[in-house]
Amino acid sequence: MAGTASDYIRHHLQNLTYGELPADYQRTDGTVLNESTWTIARSAEEASDMGFWAVHLDSLGWSIFVGALFLFLFRMAAKRATSDTPGGLQNFVEVMVEFVDQSVRETFHGRNKVIAPLALTIFCWVFLMNLMDLVPVDFLPQLFHLAGLEYMKVVPTTDVNVTLGMSLSVFALIIYYSLKVKGVGGFLGELTMHPFSSDNLILKILLVPVNFLLEGVSLLAKPISLALRLFGNLYAGELLFILIALLPFWAQWALSVPWAIFHILVITLQAFIFMMLTIVYLSMAHEDNH
Amino acid sequence: MNINLTMIGQAIAFFIFVVFCMKYVWPPIIAALQERQKKIADGLAASDRAARDLELAQEKSAQELRKAKQEAAALIEQANKRANQIVDASKDDARIEGQKLVEQAKAEIEQQRIQARDALRAEIAAIAIAGAEKILESSVDADKHSAMLDKLAAEL
Repeated sequence: MAGTASDYIRHHLQNLTYGELPADYQRTDGTVLNESTWTIARSAEEASDMGFWAVHLDSLGWSIFVGALFLFLFRMAAKRATSDTPGGLQNFVEVMVEFVDQSVRETFHGRNKVIAPLALTIFCWVFLMNLMDLVPVDFLPQLFHLAGLEYMKVVPTTDVNVTLGMSLSVFALIIYYSLKVKGVGGFLGELTMHPFSSDNLILKILLVPVNFLLEGVSLLAKPISLALRLFGNLYAGELLFILIALLPFWAQWALSVPWAIFHILVITLQAFIFMMLTIVYLSMAHEDNH
Repeated sequence: MNINLTMIGQAIAFFIFVVFCMKYVWPPIIAALQERQKKIADGLAASDRAARDLELAQEKSAQELRKAKQEAAALIEQANKRANQIVDASKDDARIEGQKLVEQAKAEIEQQRIQARDALRAEIAAIAIAGAEKILESSVDADKHSAMLDKLAAEL
């Protein structure tokens, strides 16, 4: 909790970045590197100077941790799954599975073995990543600070890389299934023959660029909006927690408790929206009605 | 906000998690769910069937009962009829027997009466003879007067 308020906030919003610093680079503490080195960034400048070839250890670590936790729990339930009286864990897991299965059934009418498990993974994983937001903002960073790590951002979904990584994977699936179901021609036709269409061949050809622009933008908007919606909501929520944490400790509860309670709704809703939109996009990719 | 390799890392993790979920988590749970669904459906169907069976059995038992009652009633009626017949027959028998007995008795009485009369007649004849002997102070020759005596006896 050293430094001014803006330092505190900036410190909290900095990821633990591991990447390569070039030779002759002057580090934050003044030392100059003789040769290019893979290392952990010690400041925000260092992190951004590492460029694209760097990894946010905290985001990735926590996201894999909670993802593995989810799969571990569900795998345990799956291994012991019985059609007789279920235990507590199985009950919980079944509720989740039923809920996701129902959501998929209502929206997606094709036959696809990937979508339901995909939706389950997205919902639970995003929910757990969001849930990290409810851990008091200073608790884990302070622990890791004691362990010698300067930066620790514990909510993976407040890292746009994480949400983009997921939404671009979904985007890849959209493209894959569009091509698989409609074929290259069908997919291109969908991109170029809609929404404006004409019986006149020349007019039709003239409309192709207009259609392509519109459809291309709407196609590209899908992963971007998917990623930025989740990121934006969680980033804003995290920022508010950090701002609340700037208050004197005896006053924090008055704001942090209501916000945390409200946030329970937000994190669930965002996880649900991400899942639902994924299902909707993929079901649109399967529909061949143009 | 640095866009960097984290994105790729997340995508790879995402891919692995989804594949794991698809292979090892989703199928057993869904299978268990469906199996339970089937079990419950079967159970409900079985209970439906059992209820229907019960209804049928009740109907059948009621029918059997009715039939048994009818049979019993018929049997009783038959038995009554038979008993009446037997009673009637025995009454007839008794009447016939009684008549026969009465007739026999009558015949016997008649016979005894005739015997008694005959005996009486004989005795009267004897008494008459004895009386006549006394009156006549002489003996009546039984052999001589037997024809007359018989005639007298026949008149009595």
